[in-house]
Amino acid sequence: MLTFMASDSEEEVCDERTSLMSAESPLPRSCQEGQQGEEDGDSAAQWRSQESEEDCEDDPDRYICSGVPGRPPGLEEELTLKYGAKHVIMLFVPVTLCMVVVVATIKSVRFYTEKNGQLIYTPFTEDTPSVGQRLLNSLLNTLIMISVIVVMTIFLVVLYKYRCYKFIHGWLIMSSLMLLFLFTYIYLGEVLKTYNVAMDYPTLFLTVWNFGAVGMVCIHWKGPLVLQQAYLIMISALMALVFIKYLPEWSAWVILGAISVYAAMVWTVGMAKLDPPSQGALQLPYDPEMEDSYDSFGEPSYPDVFEPSLPGYPGEELEEEEERGVKLGLGDFIFYSVLVGKAAAAGSGDWNTTLACFVAILIGLCLTLLLLAVFKKALPALPISITFGLIFYFSTDNLVRPFMDTLASHQLYI
Amino acid sequence: MTAAVFFGCAFIAFGPALALYVFTIATEPLRIIFLIAGAFFWLVSLLISSLFWFLARLITDNRDGPTQKYLLIFGVLLSIFIQEMFRFGYYRLLKKASEGLKTINPDETAPSMRLLAYVSGLGFGIMSGVFSFVNTLSNSLGPGTVGIHGDSPQFFLNSAFMTLVIILLHVFWGIVFFDACEKKKWYILLIVLLTHLLVSAQVQGYGVMKSNAMNIF
Repeated sequence: MLTFMASDSEEEVCDERTSLMSAESPLPRSCQEGQQGEEDGDSAAQWRSQESEEDCEDDPDRYICSGVPGRPPGLEEELTLKYGAKHVIMLFVPVTLCMVVVVATIKSVRFYTEKNGQLIYTPFTEDTPSVGQRLLNSLLNTLIMISVIVVMTIFLVVLYKYRCYKFIHGWLIMSSLMLLFLFTYIYLGEVLKTYNVAMDYPTLFLTVWNFGAVGMVCIHWKGPLVLQQAYLIMISALMALVFIKYLPEWSAWVILGAISVYAAMVWTVGMAKLDPPSQGALQLPYDPEMEDSYDSFGEPSYPDVFEPSLPGYPGEELEEEEERGVKLGLGDFIFYSVLVGKAAAAGSGDWNTTLACFVAILIGLCLTLLLLAVFKKALPALPISITFGLIFYFSTDNLVRPFMDTLASHQLYI
Repeated sequence: MTAAVFFGCAFIAFGPALALYVFTIATEPLRIIFLIAGAFFWLVSLLISSLFWFLARLITDNRDGPTQKYLLIFGVLLSIFIQEMFRFGYYRLLKKASEGLKTINPDETAPSMRLLAYVSGLGFGIMSGVFSFVNTLSNSLGPGTVGIHGDSPQFFLNSAFMTLVIILLHVFWGIVFFDACEKKKWYILLIVLLTHLLVSAQVQGYGVMKSNAMNIF
């Protein structure tokens, strides 16, 4: 879901996860700057000079964004479109980082590719003799997983509707505690085992305690924006690794497909339910769309959203930056990373598949943001990217890989 | 093989591309997007050509021997042709986007076609280089002996240089191609295609390379 939010409020914790949201841009400020620029006769140069010095020198090839057709004072559209390119990149960076962390871990730490049991949400095993049975089991697993998600969503919606905010906050704190301490401890243990580094318990305790405590403070209270984003990336990566480890092969792929279909369905239902006038006023978007639980213990994963930091105009305060920008839910991070991580874990030692999925997801994100800029409405971030990712995973794994392997062994370059 | 080989070959192959990216593209969000879109187009072209090659192999029932060689040559020719087609397709797309922006706001300049040519060429090149070389690179980190069956021990170095050449060539082809399309000199497109075919025909070690590293997996 993409919403235009004027400000971040305390209720931000209830934002939906699988959503891409953009905050309203501060028109007055930009209008002033734009007008000032036009007076100078070179609006683009003025505008751009705030963001990078180099562009002013690169005259013939400098890109200046123009607006949407049909609106004479095209400043708002200019802002939106310019906004778009910059924010696409600002989303690319954290998504890329999360994927890099997940892929690096998968490729080096063997723990996350070892089959060691399954979650209770996917009770059916895939160790069956026949292909049909395996397919059936994975479909059943997917059904159970999706129903768990639906149930948890409804539960959270009910809690939210009856204003049990304390419960929701408590739940969030519990889940982030678990992610920041327990999962980090396990992750650190496995990384140390992989690299055969000995660490005594006092050091371990100190490290994990500091990491977790600072994380809790940054996420739930105040902290430098970059640090907060880094922690959100880390917990998304940890969650994705848990999924990669505990979801069996075919179930994972079917679940990915089912989740994106579910997200799209929920979005269309939400669009139908909400009437346009209330969209602007609604700071808490789309109750029906709240999906928060992917946690292996039935607790919601962190439903907060990831906000890329804008390069501030000079003199701007940190709080104001948070009011503008596109927001991407943590669930999206997690599922993108699950897709790329599964591609990396696929066992054939092939990097082409991973890279193809990575590029596909980025292009999907690009397209989603483009649609956001065009429609100016909330959009689910999962469906397009996951679809591209799935298509590219299966086609690269089955078609491109043999081709490239054959070419490489003959040292042919195309 | 050693970390030195890994890093050396990695930087030989991707160093210039990385430098080009860092100094010319990373600063501009829009250029990054065009770069990734270019990479995506190359990827789709590869996908389609792999599909055809796969189908051709299915049709000939995976017979071994010279059939496989001819199929591979066919695959390479087809792939190059499809790549150039997709380059043309990307040119049309960029032209439309560019024109759209120009009509919206004729006072302000859109990115020039030459810049877009460079960015798209780099996108194609990076994706092509990465797909060709990254598996070889990751093999170079593992155990093995290069050229144990009598092949060239300079396998990694050759591959790295060839990858570098391909990346840079894609950049140049992109620029020449787009320029030819802009000036409507269609024979230049043919020249680009022919040079691409010529370069791909420069097979380094003919015959199957069976370095120990490749046999690990």
